[in-house]
Amino acid sequence: MKRPIVLLAGLALLATACGGTTRSDVAAQQSAAPPASSAPAAADPNAPIKPGLKIAFLPKQVNNPYFTIADRDGVAAAKEFGGEGKEVGPSEASASSQVSYINTLIQQRQDAIVISANDPNAVVPALKQAMAAGIKVVSYDSDTAPDGRNVFVNQASAEDLGRTQVQLLAEQIGHKGKIAVLSATPNATNQNTWIEFMKDELTKPEYKDMELVKVAYGNDDDQKSFTETQGLLRSYPDLAGIISPTTVGIAAAARYLSDSDFKGKVKLTGLGTPNQLRAFVKDGTIEGFELWNPGDLGYLAGWAAAALASGQITGAAGEKFKAGKLGEYTVGAGGEVLLGKPTVFNAGNIDDFDF
Amino acid sequence: MRANRWETLVVALLAAVTLAATFGVDGFANGSNVGFLFLDVTEIALMALTMTLVIVAAEIDLSVASTLGLCCAVLGSLWNAGLPIEAIMPICLLTGALAGALNGVLVTRLGLPSLAVTIGTFALYRGLAYVILGDQAVADLPPAYTSLATQAIGPIPLATLLVAVLAIGAGIVLHRTGLGRAIVALGSNEEAAYFAGIRVKRIKFWLFVASGAMAGLASLVFTFRYASARADNGIGLELAVVAAVLLGGVSIFGGRGTLPGVIAAVLLLAVVRNALILADVANEVLNFVTGLLLVASVLAPNLKVRLERKPVP
Repeated sequence: MKRPIVLLAGLALLATACGGTTRSDVAAQQSAAPPASSAPAAADPNAPIKPGLKIAFLPKQVNNPYFTIADRDGVAAAKEFGGEGKEVGPSEASASSQVSYINTLIQQRQDAIVISANDPNAVVPALKQAMAAGIKVVSYDSDTAPDGRNVFVNQASAEDLGRTQVQLLAEQIGHKGKIAVLSATPNATNQNTWIEFMKDELTKPEYKDMELVKVAYGNDDDQKSFTETQGLLRSYPDLAGIISPTTVGIAAAARYLSDSDFKGKVKLTGLGTPNQLRAFVKDGTIEGFELWNPGDLGYLAGWAAAALASGQITGAAGEKFKAGKLGEYTVGAGGEVLLGKPTVFNAGNIDDFDF
Repeated sequence: MRANRWETLVVALLAAVTLAATFGVDGFANGSNVGFLFLDVTEIALMALTMTLVIVAAEIDLSVASTLGLCCAVLGSLWNAGLPIEAIMPICLLTGALAGALNGVLVTRLGLPSLAVTIGTFALYRGLAYVILGDQAVADLPPAYTSLATQAIGPIPLATLLVAVLAIGAGIVLHRTGLGRAIVALGSNEEAAYFAGIRVKRIKFWLFVASGAMAGLASLVFTFRYASARADNGIGLELAVVAAVLLGGVSIFGGRGTLPGVIAAVLLLAVVRNALILADVANEVLNFVTGLLLVASVLAPNLKVRLERKPVP
């Protein structure tokens, strides 16, 4: 009975000794391989949108309010250009079940698939099959590896997110006073990039009376973010405002402020979702915060899919297409289409959003 | 082995659903769809083979999908460390076997119920997978292997041939050998089997090892098929595996069940799912239909027993 185990161990040793396929072999092979020279068909920017295009939206999971809004507006976009849109997808956010759906979409001969990938790599083999079958692929919200799609509709650039949060807070505090940042973890890549852009924005002359006194870290933990906010206000009682570029941080900070004497006096802004912060906007703790509008994201992705399927664009940088009410967009480097500046949510518009 | 009416019913149902889908659902009876349908159930089918033996022996292994995840994490981290893939593959099988052995020791040596043990190791192995690989994804796997995992001869994927060979092996073990008869015997009455000279603990221990090793094998297919090794690979698959085994007519109380029944059930669930998705049926309805089939599978043998009892007195 112990023989199979010895055999397996022996096999492992043998393969190591004889030198099988290792990671560096694969890297070497791939760099040696000639770059794919598939000259894409030339784009015709004036091609009309084909009638009756079938566009399928495949979110990370269905019944997720964020994607429900994105896909609803995506389907609405399809209706606008005379196509037929639908949302399909797994009820649990897993890559393997997304692959099952990609296969069925191939069988249904959809014209385009709009996907938010649960695993950027695992869906690529299936998406390549789809593209081989003539189906155009647009990724939105969460990109796939670049060879798995034609175009990625990016919800927001790091630079826009960083700079607009400073602009938003500056308006609320009259461009004057001490400010602090409540971030996620010290090594969170997204947050650190945004904070760099915030610091850069603050060097502009209009912010000369504003001073960033501290970057605190709540580790994206509700309790820790709560106590860090408390600590900030104890150390800097004259703080004018806080930026929290994380949904966990901003909610915890809002909870602390709303029950403290600082409510309404210390301004709080950052990235959050309307459902999570609605109560704090209504009770005056938060004047305004921002995030991209998921509906616009789905809408733009729908139009990008139509532009691809109609031959208006191929995914190469510099190509332009029209996206209904959102206007004209240009494909950027790496096949990326940028949605634009984030949307600001405040007492005036927050009830229009449910996610 | 008396003719099992439930298994016959599952096979008939499979035939009926397949026939209905062929004529009623656009794109179903298409070479590439059939190939994909087979490919898509590879891991579930593999793990269902050993799960059948485990459940017939009146035990259960709920840690299989976590073991799969653990093996994927081991594969990913060793690949990152520069080991050749040919060495990593046996190590993955070994990791799976070790994970199964731990289950086996806890169940047979300490006499703990396998339901409780494997719920514990379900969390333990998945947790360990995250400790090993974190939330990284290892995707730069050798194309020779990733393409092998999705290759097909005609509409039949190579992975399906692997399943077929192992299914025949497991079927022979369960239905044609002394070991198989011993498994059935100890599943229906452990004490009687023990007094009849069957090495109950030893057999059970090795069944858990086999189940773990099979999860290791499934982890290889999974990783290559999706070209992505992650700690969360195969999350939730254990329920699909147990569901298929029970639908296949294996008694949850042990002692009864056939491999052909389980294979038919794996295919039935896959065909129903595939056809409903192709027909644009919403996911909620899909889960509802699958659930209905499962409840029926647990209920039907029970009803049968009640109905058969009636005329006796």
